[in-house]
Amino acid sequence: MEKYVLKVIDLSAGYSGNWVVKNVSMDVPHNKAIAIMGPSGCGKSTFIRCINRMHEVVPGASVKGKILLEGEDIFEMHPVKLRRRVGMVFQRPNPFPTMNIYDNVLAGYILNGIKLKKEEKDRIVEQSLKNAFLWDEVKASLYKKGTFLSGGQQQRLCIARSLAMNPNILLLDEPTSALDPKAQAMIEELITELKKTVTIILVTHNRAQAARVSDYTAFMFLGEIIEFDDTAKMFTAPKDKRTEEYLTGKFG
Amino acid sequence: MKGDRLFRIVLWIVAGLFSAMMVFMLASLLKESLPSIKAFGMHFLYGKEWNPVVDKFGLLPFLVGTLITSVLALIISVPFAMSIALFLGMFSKGGFWPKILGYGTDLLAGIPSVIYGFWALFFLVPIVRNFEMKAGIVPYGVGIFTASVVLAIMIIPYISSISKEVIKLVPRDLIEAGLALGATDLEVAKDVVLPYCRSGIVAGILLGFGRALGETMAVTMVIGNSNSLPKSLFAPANTMASVIANEFTEATTTLHLSSLIQIGLWLFILNAIVNVIGMLIIKKMEVK
Repeated sequence: MEKYVLKVIDLSAGYSGNWVVKNVSMDVPHNKAIAIMGPSGCGKSTFIRCINRMHEVVPGASVKGKILLEGEDIFEMHPVKLRRRVGMVFQRPNPFPTMNIYDNVLAGYILNGIKLKKEEKDRIVEQSLKNAFLWDEVKASLYKKGTFLSGGQQQRLCIARSLAMNPNILLLDEPTSALDPKAQAMIEELITELKKTVTIILVTHNRAQAARVSDYTAFMFLGEIIEFDDTAKMFTAPKDKRTEEYLTGKFG
Repeated sequence: MKGDRLFRIVLWIVAGLFSAMMVFMLASLLKESLPSIKAFGMHFLYGKEWNPVVDKFGLLPFLVGTLITSVLALIISVPFAMSIALFLGMFSKGGFWPKILGYGTDLLAGIPSVIYGFWALFFLVPIVRNFEMKAGIVPYGVGIFTASVVLAIMIIPYISSISKEVIKLVPRDLIEAGLALGATDLEVAKDVVLPYCRSGIVAGILLGFGRALGETMAVTMVIGNSNSLPKSLFAPANTMASVIANEFTEATTTLHLSSLIQIGLWLFILNAIVNVIGMLIIKKMEVK
């Protein structure tokens, strides 16, 4: 097994020749939670969208550099195959409004036209919802529309939907910024549980959240990674002056 | 405010007048068709014969002609219209050619129907005739099939432009969620985008259907104007609208004219039914 689940080597990404992410390199170990924090517009979302190649979906997008997923170059993989191994949860909860909760969990299989036996489906749905701390709340209403759930429940449903595909990596793009504090706390608890089995890369502009849930933190500023270190170390003794200023709230 | 109140009253009056207009039209259609209603009763609806010489009038051949041409037109046009709508609403990333294509399809909706009829007469009819000769069918060239093709071309812009607009309204979030789960563009279109906007698409299709039901000029020119019940898809026939256009100038007897007006009344009712069914379907299909 590779030492790192993900190796980012000199990655730059942008739109129409305008580089938003500049020469980023990063090694991500297995089954850890990595937080990427920084002020808005620093390129952190663009960066993680490169990891599942969602960045390329936007017209005019450009990218250079290398990303290795367990040693394989992701830019040589088919994006469809890559995205089954790298799940993503978005800022705003986005369960499919035309599907019920059960089908939402299985959406990855349904969309990809993968046929499963009924027992297998039941097992995946139950397991994924349990892993996402949602099973007890929805087990009685699996066949109701997912859009009737609360914001926090919808976001956990989206996490369950990603987990159902058994990804190596789960990308979370500010997953709690549209949620109330209680729902946020629940998602954070979920993240600390999930990292036992899957590598988590979390984008956040919430410094406290990064400190609470992550093992490693990267501080991004103007498209560059200023510092990438053990979370405890970075928050107690940042090496770079800009990191220190950000952590103490001087900007962003 | 005083001005506000006046404004509201004016709006009420204008809207009221317009609705009254519709009631008035319906009433006058009803009044003018009374002689034929008295003469034939319900038999008018399922009467198979339309013979002005002996003053015998039945609606059935035209009702059948209208429904067959319109349904066939829908079957032909929907796949094309959906492809155009998906391309323009979801796949094309803007640029010169997609824009031209968008304007082009919208422009098709503005062409007067007599031009469609003319074009079909000189271009489509010979092709169909050729095909009929090869297939060993009586080579009229004109008939139900030709009319349906013309209708299909005429309603594609309606269906595609409404569908394109509703496809554009699908939240970017949902499309990205589908892609991020490893779905291909086709799978996202089929399982995320189309289900999300099905009510809008149904609305577009029904608008096209309504237009096909009432389309007169182009159909009259290429359907062959036969007053008997159509025996095949390639047979000449008449639709409700085309028989009215064809015969109203030569209707000399009261009964003939009144029967034509009664056809108009039924066309009116048919369109209303399609609209109501459409609204019910749209309501039921709405994504909440």
